[in-house]
Amino acid sequence: MANQNRGTIGQQIELPFSESVRISYQSLMLRFGRSIITTAGITLGIAFLVFVVISNEISTSIVGGSASEQLMDLGEEQETGISTKDKWLIIMSLIVCVVGITNSMLMSVTERFREIGTMKCLGALDHFVVILFLLESGFQGFAGALVGALIGFVASLLMSLANFGLDIFMDFPLLSVLLWILGGSVLGMLLAVFGAAFPAWRAAKLPPAEAMRTEV
Amino acid sequence: MAEVIVKTDQVVKEYRMGNNVVKALNGVNLEIYQGEYLSLMGPSGSGKSTLFNMIGALDRPTKGSVFIDGQNTSGLTTSQIAWLRCHKIGYIFQSYNLLHVMTALENVTLPMIFAGLSVKERNKKGEELLELVGLDDRIYHLPDELSGGQRQRVAVARALANDPNIVLADEPTANLDMIIGREIITLIKRLNQEKNVTVISATHDLKMLDVSDRIVDIRDGVVERIRNRDEIELEVGEVTGH
Ligand SMILES: Nc1ncnc2c1ncn2[C@@H]1O[C@H](COP(=O)(O)OP(=O)(O)OP(=O)(O)O)[C@@H](O)[C@H]1O
Ligand SMILES: [Mg+2]
Repeated sequence: MANQNRGTIGQQIELPFSESVRISYQSLMLRFGRSIITTAGITLGIAFLVFVVISNEISTSIVGGSASEQLMDLGEEQETGISTKDKWLIIMSLIVCVVGITNSMLMSVTERFREIGTMKCLGALDHFVVILFLLESGFQGFAGALVGALIGFVASLLMSLANFGLDIFMDFPLLSVLLWILGGSVLGMLLAVFGAAFPAWRAAKLPPAEAMRTEV
Repeated sequence: MAEVIVKTDQVVKEYRMGNNVVKALNGVNLEIYQGEYLSLMGPSGSGKSTLFNMIGALDRPTKGSVFIDGQNTSGLTTSQIAWLRCHKIGYIFQSYNLLHVMTALENVTLPMIFAGLSVKERNKKGEELLELVGLDDRIYHLPDELSGGQRQRVAVARALANDPNIVLADEPTANLDMIIGREIITLIKRLNQEKNVTVISATHDLKMLDVSDRIVDIRDGVVERIRNRDEIELEVGEVTGH
């Protein structure tokens, strides 16, 4: 019993990846309420970005495509390519997205420093803790961003329909819309992982005593 | 006396806060024996928790060394330290520090995951430990569904997960009432005797006096005095009147 390990100090073992996936998935599901709040931040950021980009794609396709003659008289914003105003909108939405998501992740990891310290007391290796958080934020980021991208897409479709009517389907930029939905989801996931990586890594490096006394 | 399991050698811990340096420990020398129940007593801010962190390899001393089982912990790699925390030491905290998304059983088996036990082994052992602390009917409950005393029992079971030599407890009864606190102390004492684990407990709690083999009084970051069981018994008589 108690004395079986006397005298020698071993190396801590590496855990199988499946174990990390299981724990992080479970943690995410059981923390559902809190996860939803963090995820909502990601969803909103990506929804906004995808909305702006796809609206732009659609209006550009109308102007550049076969429907363009009817709309020529709408003025300077209908030139082919992205207008300066839209460029700014896209850059803005990208910034909102990056700041919003990294901030949500930062908060959600910081409020769990105590948990990180506890895990290390129980024998977790630093990189196990980091992997756990990256997986969790990756799942969360992808799910949140996919929902956001779909919301953004539907919203942009509705707005374009309201602005241009059924003409948008004459030259619908299906491929780039799909690419943006996918791209938005991947971007959300990457940003979530990126946003979690720094605080998780920092907490994992801290001695457990310090991680556990961090109050948010 | 039995062999020395923990030894601190001139341990100093300073905390830097801006330009101020707080000396939480100022040269602590202590030898702790395998199987004893040792209480660290002292007023608030005297350095008990800091010493707890040093002995438990949860933080590094500014100066001096901590030896666990003859090994100087400052020479260990991070992997060895993780192994030490996993296999040699069990921790019990004032605020339980259970993972609130995990059931009692999952909390108790988490250190066993880190030790590489299979699902079957760890569930079996986890159930045994929860039974040992009297919670066999609560194994699938989440911490939020347990009382403070029950949570601390889960924490005690978790501390024993990988059959450690040492159980470290930092004010394990401070959040509990008199009666429940006494139950936890009795439980820890029982495990100390049954499993021959060394118990090191920081406390303000006078109820701890009568189960301790030795009491170390800490004041201003140094060991003020060390009392043995026989000296303690006299004083307990005075305090509690029996
Ligand atoms: N991380 C820290 N940063 C700065 N100062 C600290 C830190 N930890 C402890 N201290 C200081 O070190 C001293 C000892 O603190 P410690 O927590 O060890 O006391 P304690 O004996 O456990 O007290 P209590 O009975 O209130 O728990 C205190 O003056 C405290 O303010
Ligand atoms: Mg303390």
